[in-house]
Amino acid sequence: MSAGTGRLMRAQNIVEQVLEASRSDGCIVLVDERSEAELRFANNTVTTNGTRRDRSVTVIVLREGEGGTSVGIASRSGAGDAIDLLRRAERNAGAAPPAEDAAPLLTPSQAEAGSDFGDAPLTTNLAGLGDVLVGLGDAFGRARASGTKLAGFATHKVSTVYLGSSTGLALRHAQPTGKLEVVARSEGGARSAWAGTGAADLGTVRLEELEERLVRRLAWAERKVELEAGRYEVVIPPDAVADLMVLAGAATSGREAEEGRSVFSAPGGATRLGESLSPHPFTLRSDPLEEGLECTPFLAAAASGQDVSVFDNGLPLERTDWIRAGRLERLQYHRAGAAKSGVPVAAPIDNLILELPGATSSLDDLVARTERGLLLTCLWYIREVDPATLLLTGLTRDGVYLVEHGEIVGAVNNFRFNESPIDLLSRTIEAGRTERALSREWNEWLNRTAMPALRVADFNMSSVSPAT
Amino acid sequence: MATAELDAEFLALPLESVRSAALDRARALGCEHAEVRIERIRSQLVLLRDGRLETSADDLELGVGLRVVRDGSFGFAATVELDADAAAGLADEAAATAEATAPAFGERVELADEPAHGEAVWTSAYDIDPAEVPAAEKVALLEDWSRRLEGAPGVDHVTAYVLAVVEDKHYADLAGTITTQRRVRVHPVVEAVAVDAEAGGFESIRTVAPPAGRGWEYLLGQGWDWDEELSRIPDYLAEKLHAPSVTPGSHDLVIDPTNLWLTIHESIGHATELDRAMGYEAAYAGTSFATFDKLGSLRYGSEVMNVTGDRTVRHGLATVGYDDEGVEAQTFDLVRDGVLVGYQLDRRIARLMGLGRSNGCAFADAPGHTPIQRMANVSLRPAPGAGPTTADLIAAVDHGFYVVGDKSWSIDMQRYNFQFTGQRFFRIEKGELAGQVRDLAYQSRTTDFWGAMEAVGGESTYRLGGAFNCGKGQPGQVAPVSHGCPSALFRSINVLNTRAESGR
Repeated sequence: MSAGTGRLMRAQNIVEQVLEASRSDGCIVLVDERSEAELRFANNTVTTNGTRRDRSVTVIVLREGEGGTSVGIASRSGAGDAIDLLRRAERNAGAAPPAEDAAPLLTPSQAEAGSDFGDAPLTTNLAGLGDVLVGLGDAFGRARASGTKLAGFATHKVSTVYLGSSTGLALRHAQPTGKLEVVARSEGGARSAWAGTGAADLGTVRLEELEERLVRRLAWAERKVELEAGRYEVVIPPDAVADLMVLAGAATSGREAEEGRSVFSAPGGATRLGESLSPHPFTLRSDPLEEGLECTPFLAAAASGQDVSVFDNGLPLERTDWIRAGRLERLQYHRAGAAKSGVPVAAPIDNLILELPGATSSLDDLVARTERGLLLTCLWYIREVDPATLLLTGLTRDGVYLVEHGEIVGAVNNFRFNESPIDLLSRTIEAGRTERALSREWNEWLNRTAMPALRVADFNMSSVSPAT
Repeated sequence: MATAELDAEFLALPLESVRSAALDRARALGCEHAEVRIERIRSQLVLLRDGRLETSADDLELGVGLRVVRDGSFGFAATVELDADAAAGLADEAAATAEATAPAFGERVELADEPAHGEAVWTSAYDIDPAEVPAAEKVALLEDWSRRLEGAPGVDHVTAYVLAVVEDKHYADLAGTITTQRRVRVHPVVEAVAVDAEAGGFESIRTVAPPAGRGWEYLLGQGWDWDEELSRIPDYLAEKLHAPSVTPGSHDLVIDPTNLWLTIHESIGHATELDRAMGYEAAYAGTSFATFDKLGSLRYGSEVMNVTGDRTVRHGLATVGYDDEGVEAQTFDLVRDGVLVGYQLDRRIARLMGLGRSNGCAFADAPGHTPIQRMANVSLRPAPGAGPTTADLIAAVDHGFYVVGDKSWSIDMQRYNFQFTGQRFFRIEKGELAGQVRDLAYQSRTTDFWGAMEAVGGESTYRLGGAFNCGKGQPGQVAPVSHGCPSALFRSINVLNTRAESGR
């Protein structure tokens, strides 16, 4: 990046400066260096673009008092005096009541420190958009020639996190994240299709490969079929499965389950841990070492939440099975919550994988084995309707196709659905092989997912949407 | 109310040298347009769970963003370094980005004319800067609110939080507009949960107090009666937990402004964004059924439907003095007597569609984000004169439901098919309220729904609702927006039972 990155104080120096100046009973400093490049387009023209260089610094200080440990936090994006930030955090700690999630800060022997703390942050720029930057003009030309309009977004960003503590932690992780999404619409918008992919390195993504997928789907839509609302067998592609499972993963709060206010609650203050959620031996897991989906291997939390604690900063993250062999295996707990409930600690991890062990089928294989059903493309505007069942509502988008005798026979109108992702796991007829998937709606929040295609019985299409 | 002032600490930043360096360099590079924004955004969240502090966040964001138009292409660059050298470097970078992406610009970027406004300042209407209220005072107030509910019979859990945002923004463009603005907003929320431990179910009731373009005084009772609302939550909750499940079907609805604002937001607010209607959001937020060819002819709703956009209403969340393209705040008609008559615009779209001046709807949610068209305060006008009260509207229903407060929401990408739930649903029998039901959702299509609006309440029923977090664009940007509306009566709307929808 050209915008004068050399004049800011080094992240490591900020960490050291704050730790040295801290007069509190414990201190954690998080510095996140971000570098991003992006290109957005619609109607066969670029609409916005940009490059960005950003830094956020979070200072967390502890204050021991009579009733326990209080915590004060202050953060800022941009340049600025880190000591001011420390003093603000100290003021906040002075005003805070004892924290419920207090736990001793981790020490270097408890964390898995690398030797890279002194390394510089990684950066990216427009060249990080790879094929898209150079190929987009030609893609627009091909789209115009075929009477279609392309819209989409390409982004590449790198976040380098530095974590230091008064107990001696000195951790660093650089996380590249990229994605490309493209929608193709016919003139007037009667036919549309979507393709997208996530990748740490957009140099591995070929724009023309996405275009081929779009052309194939637009061709399927040459014939239109009107269908009523009702329950249908559906084939859900991995990207749309990701949209549903991201929300299932987000519902794994241990505290909410214990309080009787989640889909994973059992009567009488118990949870459904150990309960079978599906007759199929599905695994829903997160793993910082998952091949192709590698992510930050330690906890870096700038604020506490119901199951996440700033006291746990630096906690080594390891493979966590939320569902194992079809049973609910793990709920999220910070260390203090886990100790109180007598369960293992489970911190959030920045990827999510759904897998049916042994499954090898492709999406096309699932379609070929469908006697009559609907092949979906995307799910959109998905919102929780009833947390007790994790009932979600939302809509199909950019391609619903009628399958008869294993063949696609035309495109169908869109639907509003009302469904629970947990119920879908039990109504699954067949799952495909797990592959990298990009949640259309949630990918900015969770980019790294791998999912199978699912063939599911009796999917509740609640009403027709005339949207195209 | 005191006249709020600009913040001295923000004014002490090197605003003049940074903006001049960026604009001078952009001019020297031959840019036909350049606008620079130096922004400082303070965001605070204090959240108590069952009376104990769970989350406390105190964030300050400071940076500078520059957008240029050069040879008909946009280029944007942003940094967190606030000095003249970095600002000049930004102009180089933005111009280079415009050049690098120029081959893929299929349309030449031109902006609608806007008069230069010289140097101008503007502040939103507030008394107490919430970012300056000591953390201990925030926690103490939320502890008090939590305690009032925790002690009540039938309440098992209480969550109480307040979000507060203070935006300071310095804007300058090549045409000579230089504005400095301050916006303040707060969103306090309290939710109580009742768990049916034996049967395993639960219900919740949340405050319906809207987020507001006000300061800390809002939490002290200016603009909302917190004592009254908090005192009623336990009874509402106890009744809701044991209320009968709704019988689905076609029913008349009286919808309270605390619910209707969100239906307006989704089915009118987003549908009348012209960038969406023209396909510029097709890959993400979606398009609109209200296409440009229907301007002046689309029957959006019944004759009593009149909708305006504004960036001027006092305490409105989208209210500003000038937008992020230097356009002065305005008020404009979107739907008149049930017919689509206008759109929300930014300068590029206004010029592209030959609509003259932009009506000032450009906004960037952070210094590092490029401005895009974002929502004005889009509001449904009340009936002229005194007009009906909410009780009058309820009296006109033989059998139906009165819907209060928002909860779940979803609408399709062309803004036709929507489904909403709420906080409280009261049965109406022969013009009278007859107790709560639960599990209610209403589902409709935009023009069917607004066409079924038989009556709007009068000024006495009119309230501003709103949200901090309206999402649009890629990378995602969030915008605060308010929606004013009266209570309104709708005939024969499809009511669902959400338990039945889940197959139970």
